[in-house]
Amino acid sequence: MRSDRPSSGGDATGKGLEWPRAGEQALASDGRSAATEPAIPITGHSGASRSIWETFWLTALQIFMTFLALSFLTPTFWMISSSLKVSTEVFAHPIVWLPKDPHWNNYVKAFMLLPLTTFIVNTLIIVFFAVLGTVISSALVAYSFARIRWPGRNFWFGLLLATMMLPDVVTLVPRFLIFKNLRWIDTWLPLIVPYWGGIGAIYVFLMRQFFLGIPMELEDAAEIDGANRIRVLLQILLPLSKPVIATVAVFALLQHYNDFMNPLIYINSMDKWPLALGIRAYNDSYAKNWEVVFAASTVMLTPMVAIFIVAQRYFVQGIAMTGFGGR
Amino acid sequence: MAVIAALAGKHRITKRQIRDWIAGYLFASPFIIGFSVFIAFPMLYSVYLIFVDWDLLRPPSFVGFANLAQMFKDPKVNLSLYNSAFYTLFAVPIQLVISFLLALALTQKIRFRDFYRAGFYMPIIVPLVASAVVWQRVLHPEFGILNEALGWFGIAPRMWLFEPQLTKPAFIFMSFWMIGRQMVIFIAGLGNIPDSLKEAASLDGAGAVGRLRYVILPLMTPLIFYNMVIAIINSFQTFVPAMIITEGGPQDATLFVVLNIYRNAFQYFNMGYASALAWELFVIVVGFTLAQFYLSNRWVYYEERS
Repeated sequence: MRSDRPSSGGDATGKGLEWPRAGEQALASDGRSAATEPAIPITGHSGASRSIWETFWLTALQIFMTFLALSFLTPTFWMISSSLKVSTEVFAHPIVWLPKDPHWNNYVKAFMLLPLTTFIVNTLIIVFFAVLGTVISSALVAYSFARIRWPGRNFWFGLLLATMMLPDVVTLVPRFLIFKNLRWIDTWLPLIVPYWGGIGAIYVFLMRQFFLGIPMELEDAAEIDGANRIRVLLQILLPLSKPVIATVAVFALLQHYNDFMNPLIYINSMDKWPLALGIRAYNDSYAKNWEVVFAASTVMLTPMVAIFIVAQRYFVQGIAMTGFGGR
Repeated sequence: MAVIAALAGKHRITKRQIRDWIAGYLFASPFIIGFSVFIAFPMLYSVYLIFVDWDLLRPPSFVGFANLAQMFKDPKVNLSLYNSAFYTLFAVPIQLVISFLLALALTQKIRFRDFYRAGFYMPIIVPLVASAVVWQRVLHPEFGILNEALGWFGIAPRMWLFEPQLTKPAFIFMSFWMIGRQMVIFIAGLGNIPDSLKEAASLDGAGAVGRLRYVILPLMTPLIFYNMVIAIINSFQTFVPAMIITEGGPQDATLFVVLNIYRNAFQYFNMGYASALAWELFVIVVGFTLAQFYLSNRWVYYEERS
């Protein structure tokens, strides 16, 4: 299916670890082809032979970047390794970087101390419905903005863009009061329903840009009248839009998996908590047992790492593309 | 507007057009409804809330400008504004410099670039709560890895999260860990600079520094601007680390604006007062953003497009 979209940045399958190269128009919707130059050296030209000075500078940079990248990875690595330590190793001087004997029992403990399984299931349900709502609603709205002419379209699109600059905090209190009136407090509805309203401006914007890059002829061929538009969207546009759907889904997933403030405000009962609240409970109740807190945190991190490895091009392309704003 | 023109008979409205209008509104209806219910109405509602005193137990009572008057002289409010401004003022520019330098370095002819990129990006996928939990311990005076690492260079251990003067710098340092997004945007932007421009500059005798100064930096200003606007909006809304790591302490050194709003709304149940504080933040953030757009004409280079 992807062969007819040469500009969307290569093959999605089988290259899980590929990053968009510098020079590649990530997730391009304007049909330009990807450049091939892999690096943008600020020193020297491509093709010119390297001087001693340049070799020295690149070697120094190489060493420095290795050191820096390792330091960026250290906190995460330390968390995972400490989740397998016995407490004497956690509180040892000098620091024990690798546990002598991986102590998997910490994970068993984490699952016993608090209902971690419940937190996981709750998170899955909340995130699934919130992401589903985001994808469906932003596809519908983006289709309207990209493909249909209707009076007021520019006005509503402008409003959509304006909401990007809106700090969420302004609606925090009134939203709480609205949901309280609806008796939605201590249910998952406040964490799911708003996202079926296409109010994630960045998602609608991403999809609209992508739709605009798909040639109209395909749809013109399928004769359009009102009743057929759903079919056009489902059978023509969406199958061509898998990369952008994946990007939106991955971003929304990250957003809802991460969300801490909304669950904190809306969910009181522990049996309805998502992981974000659960991890805080470990941190509060078992503050002295670092290895257990780290084990629970590692449980929360693991799915993200898995998704990142499988879908990292969508993370990266989405960021790169939103960075381009109106292009 | 098209409707009026059409109704006035200047254009004949076809059946097709009407069907389009209906379809347009129907497809956009999730946003039209969602915006009205979850954004527009709450914003209007919170304007009303500014003028009431409401603890959710008794019915709201009208207090006029009392909330606003109190807001301007409340020392906690001023402190939270100072804390957020301090944090933003130092965190954002340094974040931008670091992420730009990383992006530049990652577009040089060095090996393992994919590994480096993944390494710098990795912190973004660590859930915020988990990263707060980890950093609370990274910064631990006795068993944290930061003091351990500083010890290798002969630097004495510090009480990062327990000394009021050190907590905000520690939070700023922590924010440098999460610059993967900005870096990726810069990398993509660097890739879009045409080689012909850099070659032309070289032919004119520009060295590496000259190319950076006169070609790369000017062309990157739109992305620097974009990253700056987003970073300021985000850093004014810092909440999770302050809530989890320090709970605003020590001595309110990390009482940031959003944490203060959260407390007033959901711990002290002053719905009216919290709404006033939220609007204050809104005015500040939007003001900053507009000011940046206004000033951007002076330094952001926009390519003319044909």
